[in-house]
Amino acid sequence: MAEFVQETKAQLVRWLIHLKREPFNMAFNLLNPVILLIFMGGAFQGLARDSTEGDYRTYLLPGILALTAFGNSMAGGISLLFDKENGLLARLLSTPICRTSILVSRFFAVNINTTLQCLIILVLGLLFGIRITAGLGGVLMLVLISLLLGFGVTVISLTLAFVLENHGDFFAIVGLTTLPLTFLSSAFVPLESLPGWMRLLAWVNPMTYAIDGMRSLILHGWQGLLLAHIGIVLVVFDGAMFWLGARVLRRHLA
Amino acid sequence: MSNTIICIEGLRKSYGPVVALDRVSLEIEAGKIFGLLGPNGAGKTTITKILTTLVRPDEGKVEVRGTDVLRDPAKVRGLIGYVPQELTADPYLTVREHMSYYAGLYHLSTVMRESRIRELLTLVGLTGHEDRRVRHFSGGMKKKLDLACGLIHRPSLIFLDEPSLGLDVQTRRDIWTYILRLKEQGTTIFLCTNYMDEAERLCDDVAIIDRGRIAIVGNPAALRTQLKRDVISVEIAVSNEHSLEALEKAVSQLGIVQGTAKNGTQLRVYVERNESALPEILKSAAELAVPIQTITYSRPGLDEVFLHYTGHALAEGRENHG
Repeated sequence: MAEFVQETKAQLVRWLIHLKREPFNMAFNLLNPVILLIFMGGAFQGLARDSTEGDYRTYLLPGILALTAFGNSMAGGISLLFDKENGLLARLLSTPICRTSILVSRFFAVNINTTLQCLIILVLGLLFGIRITAGLGGVLMLVLISLLLGFGVTVISLTLAFVLENHGDFFAIVGLTTLPLTFLSSAFVPLESLPGWMRLLAWVNPMTYAIDGMRSLILHGWQGLLLAHIGIVLVVFDGAMFWLGARVLRRHLA
Repeated sequence: MSNTIICIEGLRKSYGPVVALDRVSLEIEAGKIFGLLGPNGAGKTTITKILTTLVRPDEGKVEVRGTDVLRDPAKVRGLIGYVPQELTADPYLTVREHMSYYAGLYHLSTVMRESRIRELLTLVGLTGHEDRRVRHFSGGMKKKLDLACGLIHRPSLIFLDEPSLGLDVQTRRDIWTYILRLKEQGTTIFLCTNYMDEAERLCDDVAIIDRGRIAIVGNPAALRTQLKRDVISVEIAVSNEHSLEALEKAVSQLGIVQGTAKNGTQLRVYVERNESALPEILKSAAELAVPIQTITYSRPGLDEVFLHYTGHALAEGRENHG
């Protein structure tokens, strides 16, 4: 166990150094969410007032948090794919480490990054006058829900890093999932105003549940039953992704 | 061989229709520098990847220090060091951060880590660069760092895949010096190379590999001596290229000549060690009025050994899975 902690820590330190010395990466990940929050939030303020219970930016914030968590988690495996392409991963696999430490260290790094990005979005929201009805505890809960959404997505991304052969495919998958899935959720408009087929897809999209939970915290405060329901859905989603990912990765890391 | 550190028996590996290794068997002695010499695509990297537990063979038995690589890969990983041919240094990390990273992967204590870092940076001449980021390093410095990282746990066996590929002459010589110093310290070195001079200069034993098969194994000097043929190389000016054919024909008739090979303006004549060969060839050239620019007499090198056992020159190797 001590060895596992040591090797995981060594790898995590490397990822955190990347995070510190590659600030533009984080800025790139935050680009879409920030643009949407500031500009789309401003542009649709008047138009959406009736259907979104008041201030549109406040309504939009949970969707932006979910987009941030999803996008960052989905891109989290790319660094491992770069390591695979430049030979470092092979070198890593020739050392006496437990294979799981590669995944655990990256998993932690991605979620530390997600937490920081969500906090940046929340601060930005507060600067634009958004108030969180559930208070400070609610802010922590918002980050926790973002992470619960991100956990399962990170597992998908780490799995893709081992399955895919080049980063071009990876970037395509990140691009083809992140923004479309955000539109196929309750991020920008209430589910009821979506056309039937989009509503159906939004219903099976875990982002919808994360957004609904976060929105209730921001607009209405603590709603225990709803949060429990959403928590269960997200934990089931994470569990299913862990199970699937483990099955695939066992073959690739044997 | 009682001192065997690597034992390979009947190794086979295919990538789809391409046979990368075909019944490869080798025994490698501890404390020596063993070279696997062959062109790109001959199977060198595949053997290295199997020995370093990264690839599973289709068939065959592989042991490293008596441990079955296929049954107990985790144990083998703790015994070996591996420096791949790619430069794996991370541009965002400093030299010290790299060394600490690998120290963590090999579970070294903090106290041991510091002394090893000092010792290895002295070995590869990177002292004074500890806190510099690798992003600004030359290829040679990155390679030296890669080598130092592979030695952090002081392995008794290290695999070096093309250690001097793409390096300048001075860095190449430096790397050779470190490799010889490691041998002096008792480390066994398994070296993959497609450079003849590297194999000649460093290796106690070489295996010549071609198209997935081992052609011959032995000490480089002994392999050259066993060939029992020296090389006389005749070079003429481009404008007289046609006269070389006549010379080739004439020298082929000489009893002392075993064979010839013409390549552009160069004619290589193979003779069994025979001091009269040189004057005889000069005489033929004079009779035919072939204006020789240079003529050299040399003992065979590993390139001649390669040619003899594989039927083609090293540079003519095929390109595919390595």
